[in-house]
Amino acid sequence: MTHSKTLSMKAGLFASVFALAAGGALAETTVTAVMHSDLRVLDPVITTAHITRDHAYMIYDVLVAEDETGKIQPQMADVTASDDGLTYTFTLRDGLKFHDGAPVTGADVVASLQRWGKRDTGGQMIMDVTASLEAKDDKTVVWALSAPFGPFLETVGKQSALPPFIMPARIAQTPADQAIQEHIGSGPFKFVTEEFQPGVGATYVKNEEYVPRSEPASGYAGGKVVNVDKVRWLTMPDSQTAVNALQSGDIDLIESMPVDLIPLLEGDDTVAVEKRAAFGFQTMGRMNFKHPPFDNPKIRQAALLAMSQEPVLAALTASPEYYQVCGAIFGCGTRLESTTGTETLTAAGNPEAAKKLLEEAGYDGTPVVLMQPTEAPTLKAQPVVAAQQLRAAGFNVDMQPMDWQTLVTRRASMEAPANGGWNMFFTNWQMSEVANPVISVMLNGRGDTAWFGWPDDPKIEELRKEFIAAATPEAQKAAADKIQAHAMETVSYVPLGEYNFPQARRTVLTDMAPTPVPVFWGLKKSEE
Amino acid sequence: MLSYIFKRVLSVVPVLFLVSVFVFLMLRLTPGDPAAILAGDNATPETLQRIRDAMGLNEPLLTQYVKWIAGILRGDFGTSLISGVEVLDLVAKRVGPSISLAVLTIIIAVLVAIPMGVIAAWKHRSWVDYLVMSFSVLGFSVPVFLVGYVLLLVFSVKLGWLPPQGFKPLSAGIAPFLERAILPALTLASIYIALIARMTRAAMLDVLNEDYIRTARAKGVGERRILFVHALKNAAVPIATIVGAGFALLISGVVVTETIFNIPGIGRLTVDAVLARDYPVIQALILLTASVYVAINLLIDLSYSLFDPRIRY
Repeated sequence: MTHSKTLSMKAGLFASVFALAAGGALAETTVTAVMHSDLRVLDPVITTAHITRDHAYMIYDVLVAEDETGKIQPQMADVTASDDGLTYTFTLRDGLKFHDGAPVTGADVVASLQRWGKRDTGGQMIMDVTASLEAKDDKTVVWALSAPFGPFLETVGKQSALPPFIMPARIAQTPADQAIQEHIGSGPFKFVTEEFQPGVGATYVKNEEYVPRSEPASGYAGGKVVNVDKVRWLTMPDSQTAVNALQSGDIDLIESMPVDLIPLLEGDDTVAVEKRAAFGFQTMGRMNFKHPPFDNPKIRQAALLAMSQEPVLAALTASPEYYQVCGAIFGCGTRLESTTGTETLTAAGNPEAAKKLLEEAGYDGTPVVLMQPTEAPTLKAQPVVAAQQLRAAGFNVDMQPMDWQTLVTRRASMEAPANGGWNMFFTNWQMSEVANPVISVMLNGRGDTAWFGWPDDPKIEELRKEFIAAATPEAQKAAADKIQAHAMETVSYVPLGEYNFPQARRTVLTDMAPTPVPVFWGLKKSEE
Repeated sequence: MLSYIFKRVLSVVPVLFLVSVFVFLMLRLTPGDPAAILAGDNATPETLQRIRDAMGLNEPLLTQYVKWIAGILRGDFGTSLISGVEVLDLVAKRVGPSISLAVLTIIIAVLVAIPMGVIAAWKHRSWVDYLVMSFSVLGFSVPVFLVGYVLLLVFSVKLGWLPPQGFKPLSAGIAPFLERAILPALTLASIYIALIARMTRAAMLDVLNEDYIRTARAKGVGERRILFVHALKNAAVPIATIVGAGFALLISGVVVTETIFNIPGIGRLTVDAVLARDYPVIQALILLTASVYVAINLLIDLSYSLFDPRIRY
């Protein structure tokens, strides 16, 4: 037993004795976690950063939420839809209160939804067909549409990247392009503003006023029962430091554990390494449709033929245990799964066929400017492997290393690659962010207003509308299949497979929800 | 003396002005966009443009610079573009750990290195001298992250005597502070011990060959008094310079050590701000660093007159 453990045990013993002497009160339970990233932005509407979304799940609540099967369930509100699917009525449940003591009202819900609808891709699409969104009274919100929107509840109840979190109207009235200054929700934890230090950590305390639903917790739905007094998120840029801290008991959880450090924890029965959720992330490559050579669909197809997922995933995660070859743009194991058009991608690629296609397309050796972020651990491997695969098929690849900040600035440039533009870059998405054609930004085909790469693809826009209008799950699946086939034919982007880094927790931490977004309700912490 | 200090303080103004212009322009000319960091991965170019407008980044550079300087003159360093926290608040919370770590490191370094350097010079070309010099070369050559990891492995992971990470301020008590600060301070001190010991040895060797040392010996003054009173005082000017410069370097941030031991100091704040292109934070940190260097240089210069009465201001 280590000295620090001995000290902490003694301290714990004294604390317990003192607490009992003082009237039987229990010692405060604090869970200390090192999250996947540093929390810096606190506004869950202005940014799609996952860590900000995770923060929002702590302090805010949502109207409806996905259960563990992905089905939408009531959370803050019960919802009913009219027979024609054009009117949705949300009725807030009793006992909902913001952290400043004010009750949650329909006006708060409307203001929050309106702000969300300005920033979220799915929200914007719903707002395009919104006839009215009004609070009928303090408890009732009526959302009337001018046209049916098949995945309405799936969009309002989605888990990522921008779920519509409910905040007080006076805060939600902040313009959507300016960050909010107050962080008050009605969720199961309260944010301790004075302890927030970007780059160091954030603290949350149990919201004693929170009234959980009576149903058992399931996914992001059901009763959000909090069993700990405090949760602290610490920032530790060095993974080795985090592992040392976990082993010494300084922290309880590492949310995203680098695979190469897992052997350090083997044989330590106070620590468990595990995958928290079945679905992880999709890694992908995006080409620039505006400039040669990828303005030519045949050359994009040649690039698709040249590439193979397995080597990319192996370089990214180092262990087959944590990746999955998968050609489905909406994810494998999902209800919209289809792998049409990815046969070579999920096998070894077909460089010979790619060479032939390049010849047919008249590729003249125009350099492919491929951007490589050198300091981003989950993004630096993909460009290296992809460059090798493209070169093997005859592409002239100009790989340009840079930091992620430079990359995100440069990818916004519509200039030609020689003038500071680009041809290809790579990024990752949580599976729930690409789970359907409404949510996935890569499938936006609206030219200059689309996501970086700017495909001008009226056909995919038609197909997305078909998906939105589809009234049944079967019709939605049929529309999604067509989108998969079309996206691979035009190479909207190159899905490079799925991966999932494990978490490492001390075994004193139990009952963690198996959700892709780490949530801290439900979990328990026992004495060491 | 007072007029010298006044002139030196006055000369800080043009220095800081030039630093401010240089930093402001360098940051604006470096590729990067804080709006992109704020908005996240799926922001469209249109959204980024709107956020840049809201941040004031689309205003002419001169307007942005004048606004920034006017804010500083009012004592307002602005707010972080990314977190929205006031820059002064952000920096103030990081200064404490950096200063306390720097002070502890320098105390350890001076207490160990100066006797080492003095003894090495005294026992010139003996095994003691070679041992000190070998340690010195080792201190320079071994990367700081390796020293840090080895200390962690031994004292935290294997022996479990000390916690592996974090920082407790002195206000929490000396024992909790030392418990978390001693390993990072030793890690950093390994370099400074090497540097100061080497400098002390070289300065002492020069002085020990002076006539007045020979005279002191001839008069029968004891070796200890010769070394630590007669010689060391006269060798102190270069040693004070190196200690002062080292202290300034420590305060302005030691990123690797702060990262390994998870210390919330200035170094990590600087790197985070640079990676996020958080302009107001970087600008404030560079001005702070420049001010620290100017102030420490002034103190070093003033200290010379304490060691050498011939130096007058």
